[in-house]
Amino acid sequence: MEPILWFGWFRADIIAEYGVMFWRGLQMTILVTTICIMQGTALGLAIGLARLADARHSPARQICRYLLRWPSTVYVSFFRGTPLFVQILLIHFAVLPLFINPADGLLISGETARSLKQNYGAFISGILALTLNSGAYISEIFRAGIQSIDRGQIEASRSLGLSFARTMTHVVLPQAFRRMLPPLGNNAIALLKDSSLISAIGLAELAYTARTVAGAYSRYWEPYLSISFMYWTLTLGLAWAVKKLEARYGRGDTR
Amino acid sequence: MDEVIRVEGLTKNFGQLQVLRGIDCSVRSSEVVCVIGPSGSGKSTFLRCLNGLEEASGGRVLVHGVSVHDNSTDVDALRSEIGMVFQRFNLFPHMTVLDNITLAPTKVRGVPLEQAREQARALLIKVGLLDKIDAYPNQLSGGQQQRVAIARALAMQPAIMLFDEPTSALDPEMVGEVLSVMQTLAEEGMTMMVVSHEMGFARRVANRVLFMDEGVLVEEGTPEEIFDRPREERTRRFLSNIL
Repeated sequence: MEPILWFGWFRADIIAEYGVMFWRGLQMTILVTTICIMQGTALGLAIGLARLADARHSPARQICRYLLRWPSTVYVSFFRGTPLFVQILLIHFAVLPLFINPADGLLISGETARSLKQNYGAFISGILALTLNSGAYISEIFRAGIQSIDRGQIEASRSLGLSFARTMTHVVLPQAFRRMLPPLGNNAIALLKDSSLISAIGLAELAYTARTVAGAYSRYWEPYLSISFMYWTLTLGLAWAVKKLEARYGRGDTR
Repeated sequence: MDEVIRVEGLTKNFGQLQVLRGIDCSVRSSEVVCVIGPSGSGKSTFLRCLNGLEEASGGRVLVHGVSVHDNSTDVDALRSEIGMVFQRFNLFPHMTVLDNITLAPTKVRGVPLEQAREQARALLIKVGLLDKIDAYPNQLSGGQQQRVAIARALAMQPAIMLFDEPTSALDPEMVGEVLSVMQTLAEEGMTMMVVSHEMGFARRVANRVLFMDEGVLVEEGTPEEIFDRPREERTRRFLSNIL
């Protein structure tokens, strides 16, 4: 087939030929990012609260310190202090086989484990690593957001008889969320881009597709420039969505 | 008369600093008690110990006979009986005036929303702010915010209202509107404990005035006794400094 030459040197026919694969890769990138944003936010909230847990009386005081604050601090320190790429490799090649293994998996073993690992291994490890990693970063956003709320807000709510949990859900978190939106948006964008690292363990997302195409044709401009524009479009879309949310939740904010 | 609050040997330390050094007093139903004294004398800390916002270091506080600082006490239920108004209003900025007032009755008491809203309207009429019902706190002046804060505390139909320097953060021209709402409350028989620098209010409205200095209750009596014939030298010195 005679190649169609766009811009003289850009062989768009390669992209067109692998169109379906790029489309699937794009879907996989969006799927992984979406799942990790949601799970990472839930995990980040839990860890952020754990890092702030305190009580006035023992034994609750000791429980908060040794079972909540201390482990969550170590967790955040580890996942922020080591490269995400290393975390992905560690989880995929060391942690996951420990739990899902045909011979002696701690969680799942036998034939189920074999097929699960073959079909979804990279997917599970990738999502796990990215969730754990972003959870650590998001927990810091939650912690800072919650701590930024004036103590007087908590005191007013508690003195009305609202419990700690209700004070959090009705008074503190709604206000903190507004302030957390910009850093959460930045984090979501970082997560979207970081999802490309999962290609290293063979998950067929955008970066993996580009690598495959590059390998097949020994052409590098076309696939990598193409996915660059796809990532760029996605991050612009995310930034726009965050801006919309900020406008919506800005009611009553004095700052 | 029915005793609402009883304080026995209350002490409070912040680390090495002794803020309260053994306070004894009681407040009876429908009484208006003003607490005066120099700044740093422990007035606010004292008030905050009454609803457990501050942990007591020693002694005890009984509200309707229930110990506030006891571990087994349901402090949330107790606090819903004690209204508190803060120096800096502390309205919830992300909620409208109406939602600020209905939050606690609906969430803590389980009052149906419509009923809570009806009550909120009645309270806003009382503090003269019905037209601000849908406003957000940052759209209100300081005096208006404080009146909403009073309405919010009243919505729980508390047995006693605590006021922690309610006019200290206000511009002078807004002090009057807040004090007049408080005076109306007092005339209606609300039990009140007011930490304030408003000596005029204390003289006019209080049944009893407590003078605090350096963490102790130096002197207490009727407004006339405290302001006109103070027995203690420290009271005299404080009053001559501010009047």
